[in-house]
Amino acid sequence: MVNQPQALGGMAETVQEAESEAYVKIENISKSHDKTKLLQDVSLDVHKGELFSLLGKSGSGKTTLLRILAGLEKPTSGKVYVDGVDVTDVPVHKRPINMMFQSYALFPHMTVKQNVAFGLVQDRLGKAAIEERVKDALNLVQLGKYGDRKPHQLSGGQRQRVALARSLAKIPKLLLLDEPLAALDKSLKERTQFELVNIHEKVGITFILVTHDQAESMIMATRMAIIEDGKIRQVGTPHDIYEFPNSRTVAEFIGNINLFNCIVVEQDSDHVLLKSSEIDCLCYATQTGAVPIGSSLTLAIRPEKIMMSKLIPAYPRNWAQGVIKEIAYLGSISVYHVQLNSGKMVTTMLPNLLRLEDRGLTWEDTVYLFWRSESCLILTS
Amino acid sequence: MPDFDVMNVIQAIKKISFFGSKRGFVSLCEKMSSVKFYAAAAPTLWVVLFLVVPLLIVLKISFTESAFSIPPFSNVFDVAGDYALHIKLSLKNFAGVVFDHYYITAFINSVFLGILATIICLFIGFPIAYGISTARNTAKYVLILLIALSFGTSFLLRVYSWINFLSPCGLLNTALLKCGMIDEPIQFFGSYVAVCMGVVFCYLPFMIFPIYAVLSKIGREYIESALDLGCSPRVAFWCVSVPLSRSGVATGCVMIFAMAAGEFVIPELLGSADTTTFGRVLWNEFYTNLDWPMACALSVAMLTIVTLPIYLFQRRSRILASSED
Repeated sequence: MVNQPQALGGMAETVQEAESEAYVKIENISKSHDKTKLLQDVSLDVHKGELFSLLGKSGSGKTTLLRILAGLEKPTSGKVYVDGVDVTDVPVHKRPINMMFQSYALFPHMTVKQNVAFGLVQDRLGKAAIEERVKDALNLVQLGKYGDRKPHQLSGGQRQRVALARSLAKIPKLLLLDEPLAALDKSLKERTQFELVNIHEKVGITFILVTHDQAESMIMATRMAIIEDGKIRQVGTPHDIYEFPNSRTVAEFIGNINLFNCIVVEQDSDHVLLKSSEIDCLCYATQTGAVPIGSSLTLAIRPEKIMMSKLIPAYPRNWAQGVIKEIAYLGSISVYHVQLNSGKMVTTMLPNLLRLEDRGLTWEDTVYLFWRSESCLILTS
Repeated sequence: MPDFDVMNVIQAIKKISFFGSKRGFVSLCEKMSSVKFYAAAAPTLWVVLFLVVPLLIVLKISFTESAFSIPPFSNVFDVAGDYALHIKLSLKNFAGVVFDHYYITAFINSVFLGILATIICLFIGFPIAYGISTARNTAKYVLILLIALSFGTSFLLRVYSWINFLSPCGLLNTALLKCGMIDEPIQFFGSYVAVCMGVVFCYLPFMIFPIYAVLSKIGREYIESALDLGCSPRVAFWCVSVPLSRSGVATGCVMIFAMAAGEFVIPELLGSADTTTFGRVLWNEFYTNLDWPMACALSVAMLTIVTLPIYLFQRRSRILASSED
């Protein structure tokens, strides 16, 4: 039903290849606390070497799921397997899993080296082996020279990297990262995102990352899961989730989207024809599915996929007439809010190829919005 | 020609002022105009009037000799007939403190009592504080209230209750006799053990509260992270909770030591003639022997001993604080 675009073909292959073995298997996990259901029947497969992201708003249950994986909380029901072994009842300190805490939780009374060595000392490794591993871990995060400092003598970004080094030093089968970048400022965050991906590629450990920041998740993750109200709404690559959200909630959660209520008037093997009271003409969408004629559904179009012109389109479908009400100039792009004849507000985005004043589109101008039939998303739920 | 603005004037005045720029008149004027100055002035004045001045008087009396007069000590400053100011500082009392066997015994007893009580309080107080900090919310407040409640009853009453408890026909001995563990009552009362028990019982909250305050502030994530890195809960306690509660332990220890070493009511009530402590000796000198100079010399010595650990602790925490900047 969904065709992977050519550019991502290679990636799709590797994902498919890995799909045969689920390295981390979460099976029907539920968690309730004081009668509130934090997680409801969550099942998820994470493959070996993936950087998997759990994306959700605060209170969606994503951190609870992470803590269950770490062993810091017990699920009410369900099982967790790591590398084929059931770890559901394994206590936290015996799991081959390490976690990087949102607050980093570096021990303030220990030096950077002692912090990184802490987990290795618990494993009773030899002194030389510990030193070697600590050195490697600190070099990996480019903090080789800072070993003798105390955590309070480091900047926020450095602390974050010490925390990462500490959780990687034990070479766990699975590394959990709870909002690893939330405490960093914006420019540092952007740099660290790429650094984290590089480190992930170098060490080859499976990462599961929790975040509320969709940009962060899309930049870093190989695959991600959208969690809402303790349920997983969709799992897929960032591209899949952005381009082909499976529901209204996911579509609205990731990026901006324009939604129209429609009724199916014609259905064929390669297209559907939709009628909406909010759009002037019929809408032709190439996406199909189990949508019987007469059923009502939601048509979704991303703002950047809507084009705008003062000339009436020649094609009799997939357009609407409206008036520009708002223009938000963001430098590289401009966001237009256009009010259709039906009163519906539609958001569209245009890259600023021309300067704003040269484009000839301004407030209260009557314009035509149009879009390609492939850009139409049909959401039944 | 330089601009003649206000800053230049202030700079110029600073340069010519007699006391140098930092302590100069201008600097004082600048300080006087700030709110901070007045905010700090009130407590400073209070401390000087009601602490420093009386202590200086005590220090002065400690250098006098006892006399049959009102007040019962000799003068330090004396203007005699030849119009010369005679300053007479007697070191007799301090010689007594240092060389007299009676005072040395009392001194060693006090320090020993202070150290012993501190150690016992630490070993009883830490588990209690840890227990409270890990308790659930309601239980936590009930426990804190119960411990604080002991302050609600009079200090004397609490010590008296120990007399009842420890005396030969008291609760403890009766219980031990009934159990058949002993054949005749143990003479707790009047012994050093009884004094120590009383001190520990009365001052335990001062150990529990500072440690509890620090323990409850240690984030849950520190323990969780230790567990996550492979510590068993027991190791996590020793490697993380205990080191991170150091400052609370130090505060509690300094407080208990200072109070136990200077204690005179408990040794008086629970002890006997053998359990001489510094506080008791001081009391006797002052009220029984009316030897104010000796009592003052003793209290100066006491103050030095008790202040020393507090000073060392503060210097240490200051060094720690400056290294954390």
